[in-house]
Amino acid sequence: MAAGDRWKYLYKALSKSGPFSDPDWVPGEETIKSLEESKILVIGAGGLGCEILKNLALSGFKDIHVIDMDTIDISNLNRQFLFRHSDIGKPKAEVAAAFVEKRVKGVKITPFVGKIQDKDEDYYLQFKIVVCGLDSIEARRWINSTLVGMVDMDNPESLKPLIDGGTEGFKGQARVILPSLTSCIECQLDMHAPRPAVPLCTIATIPRQPQHCIEWAHQIAWQDKRKDDSFDSDDMEHIGWVYNTALERANEFNISGVTFQMTQGVVKNIIPAIASTNAVIAAATTSEALKIATSCNPFLENYMMYAGEEGVYTYTFEAEKKTDCPVCGSLARKITVNPDVTLEEFIEILGEQPEAQLKKPSLRTEETTLYQRFPPQLEEQTKSNLKLKLRDLVADGQEVAVSDPAYTIDFRFQLIFT
Amino acid sequence: MTSEFPHALTGPSSKERRYDRQLRLWAASGQQALEESRVLLVNSDGPWGNQSTGVSGVVGVETLKNLVLPGIGGFTIVDPAVVTEPDLGANFFLEDESLGKSRAEETCRLLKELNPDVEGNSCTKPIAEILQEEPEFLSQHKLILISGPIKRSSLQSLCSAAKTLGIPVLYTRSVGFFSTFSLQLPAVFPIVETHPDPESTQDLRLLGPWPELAVAAASISNLDSLDDHQHGHVPYVLLLLYYLEKWKETHNGNVPSNYKEKSEFREFVRSSARTDNPQGGEENYDEAIAAVLKSLNPFSLRSSTRDIFEMEECSQLTPNSANFWIIVSAVREFHQQHQVLPLPGLLPDMKAQSADYVSLQNIYKTKARKDIAEVTETVRRIESQLGQSASVSDKDIEVFCKNASHIQVIRGRDIPQPDGDAQSLKRLRIELGNDESLISIFLAFQILDIVVTGIQEGKYPEGALDDESLWSSELDRILGVIASDASAPVDDEARNRILEAARELRRTEGGDLHNISSLTGGLVAQEALKVLTRQYVPLDNTCIFNGIRSNSAMYKL
Repeated sequence: MAAGDRWKYLYKALSKSGPFSDPDWVPGEETIKSLEESKILVIGAGGLGCEILKNLALSGFKDIHVIDMDTIDISNLNRQFLFRHSDIGKPKAEVAAAFVEKRVKGVKITPFVGKIQDKDEDYYLQFKIVVCGLDSIEARRWINSTLVGMVDMDNPESLKPLIDGGTEGFKGQARVILPSLTSCIECQLDMHAPRPAVPLCTIATIPRQPQHCIEWAHQIAWQDKRKDDSFDSDDMEHIGWVYNTALERANEFNISGVTFQMTQGVVKNIIPAIASTNAVIAAATTSEALKIATSCNPFLENYMMYAGEEGVYTYTFEAEKKTDCPVCGSLARKITVNPDVTLEEFIEILGEQPEAQLKKPSLRTEETTLYQRFPPQLEEQTKSNLKLKLRDLVADGQEVAVSDPAYTIDFRFQLIFT
Repeated sequence: MTSEFPHALTGPSSKERRYDRQLRLWAASGQQALEESRVLLVNSDGPWGNQSTGVSGVVGVETLKNLVLPGIGGFTIVDPAVVTEPDLGANFFLEDESLGKSRAEETCRLLKELNPDVEGNSCTKPIAEILQEEPEFLSQHKLILISGPIKRSSLQSLCSAAKTLGIPVLYTRSVGFFSTFSLQLPAVFPIVETHPDPESTQDLRLLGPWPELAVAAASISNLDSLDDHQHGHVPYVLLLLYYLEKWKETHNGNVPSNYKEKSEFREFVRSSARTDNPQGGEENYDEAIAAVLKSLNPFSLRSSTRDIFEMEECSQLTPNSANFWIIVSAVREFHQQHQVLPLPGLLPDMKAQSADYVSLQNIYKTKARKDIAEVTETVRRIESQLGQSASVSDKDIEVFCKNASHIQVIRGRDIPQPDGDAQSLKRLRIELGNDESLISIFLAFQILDIVVTGIQEGKYPEGALDDESLWSSELDRILGVIASDASAPVDDEARNRILEAARELRRTEGGDLHNISSLTGGLVAQEALKVLTRQYVPLDNTCIFNGIRSNSAMYKL
């Protein structure tokens, strides 16, 4: 059989119309050529990223780039199938790229070991599609706002479809975002609310759960006893110290259940992860990449969620674009708040609210700066406002612009007093 | 520093570290079950004709990848095919050097690289031959994966042998943008650790407190005399119990039983919260108010548990009864006597002083232990009546009691055949009336199976894979069977939907796309993990995936 037969079945799907492909679509050589010329970026070379790279290489993409800042850890090996025990400590992006390049002939994979924030718009402009396999909401929000910000309505090439996947245990989701045209990651932020934090007073004075004792050892005892060592969650001695300290506190309060595994889980905020869920979600994203790059079939509009605990459950729907989305909308997002809370308390609220999730905000109104973290002189000038009540700083219905070092854009909130 | 904490430095073993992210889902017990399992993959049934190698088997290999990584004990790949160029364009576990070699051996070699703890074997003979030569072959495996389409006679003999041996079977097909798979479980498949949403398992017994809990609630009768700090830290469970007693005093001894009464009760609790403190309210009261509607319900048995209690296996115990049924029978007795299930004993976190919370938690734990002891006693009595000596472990009884409210038993169904029983034909007819149903894709796959069987048996030429009129006439035959005991034939719209799905299958002439096969391999592996660990709830029994719309559906066929 001839070597030209290698992509036989893929090329059949690209050379022949199907009953569901667009009637105006032209299958054949041109479509295959445009697929091969589509430069595609993969963000993350972890559980999803390994699968995504393999899938893209076996879907006919020839020019793939991958970004990841992490190195390989032993706990990755239960699912990140491009890595071996001997790779522990090496950069994920490089090992993954080299493996897939070697296995699938004719594909070029360019790794970048670093953060997505290290790259500028010019870098992102070179790609046709961006696929994300991340475990951090912050990184997702950053790439989302960057891609939305890049859209120039006069230049269709500036619009980069963003395909995003995420998993936790037996669950996951895949979504397609056409920046500025369809619902973006920021529009959907409240669907991915963080777990509510345990109040500090519980941790400090009235622990009830083993997790409370671990948080105490991690956040309070470490600061108290070992503040000169910077805590490293990968250092076994550090985790061991936190574990023992938590255990002592738990004994003091007759709380049972502190284990080493739980200690690691709490301090590293570990999310359970298995190969099979990653396979499902990664392939869902790359299947969309193939459809977008070739138009061989309609792509997902725009969100698929998957749950595998009880049988096989998927729910596919169209998430709505929000007019008050701080990234792609035109209006300020309304936030209802008690006017008697202080600015400091309001900042805490911004950290916890599912639709805000801003950890280090600086705030200003159109007229004045309410609180600015940087530079230090401005921090000094504005920090007295922290103790003031909102009603003494802003009016009911007034707009406040919030910036956060994690993001490149300002978030606009309209404060509605209760 | 280190000498102070010698035991911490040992930490988890290298295996625990490798499997950390999955142990958080199925724990050591699930992991052990996986490690004791050997999985058989029948990845093709030999070539279809002169040119086609037939099934690419990508779903099978991708499924194994997802099982080798988490550490099953071992696997066997049966695949008479030889590696060809199109295999390299779809299968990641082959390399250029594999061309012309045995596909079973090559995929086995590259899969084994993923996890040194997993044993892998391969066999290049067709499965039918192996079954004839080695009668013990199948029984060495805990699960059988079959990559279709496969000759009907091979499928049927595999499935019926597996059924006799009680080995679960997963039969998969993936072509173009569509895939489907079915799970054949043993006739009775019980699951204890179903891992329901923790919210749904909360059982606080607020409407029927046992004496120790009632005493604890009575101990806060001095509520009004407590200072603000103490008052704001009374656990909400005790608050609700306390106010329920107050309510009963003015309601003829009855608890709030409908929505209206519960709303009134909620207002009653709300009005008792102190608001003249600096916070302007009390968190424990907020928690109590939020819990009224969902926690003040009389205990009721889920219908699935009631069904299990009524199953013949439960009422007709024999010396050969499985341990599961002995425990079910003991728990049923417990329920008959107390009108409740054994208490799971978990108390959610709530605003409280440490010592108060821990003592309340102990009341729940102690009661749970007492219930387990009672069930254990019954189990031992049943065992001696059956002439068995304590074969049910204490651990199993404990795990069962903690999960009792959500146990499940699945009645295994056969891998669906084109001419299924009357029940499944009826289900197919109903589904065909729904234009959103994915059943048309399933039926298109059934036609593919028939066409492939025809090619393998020499009845059809290889070109039959893209022969529209042949597919259409095979469809009419299937529709004839489906409508055979109905008043009217299947309508044209439904027929057209199946023809459209068939056209999409014919588009790649039976070949698969890596993405869709990889996704399907993920779904199939998920089911395999659930079956092997006996945790979570497996599919019953057919899943269809549509990669064009990115949606899926489950059917009992």
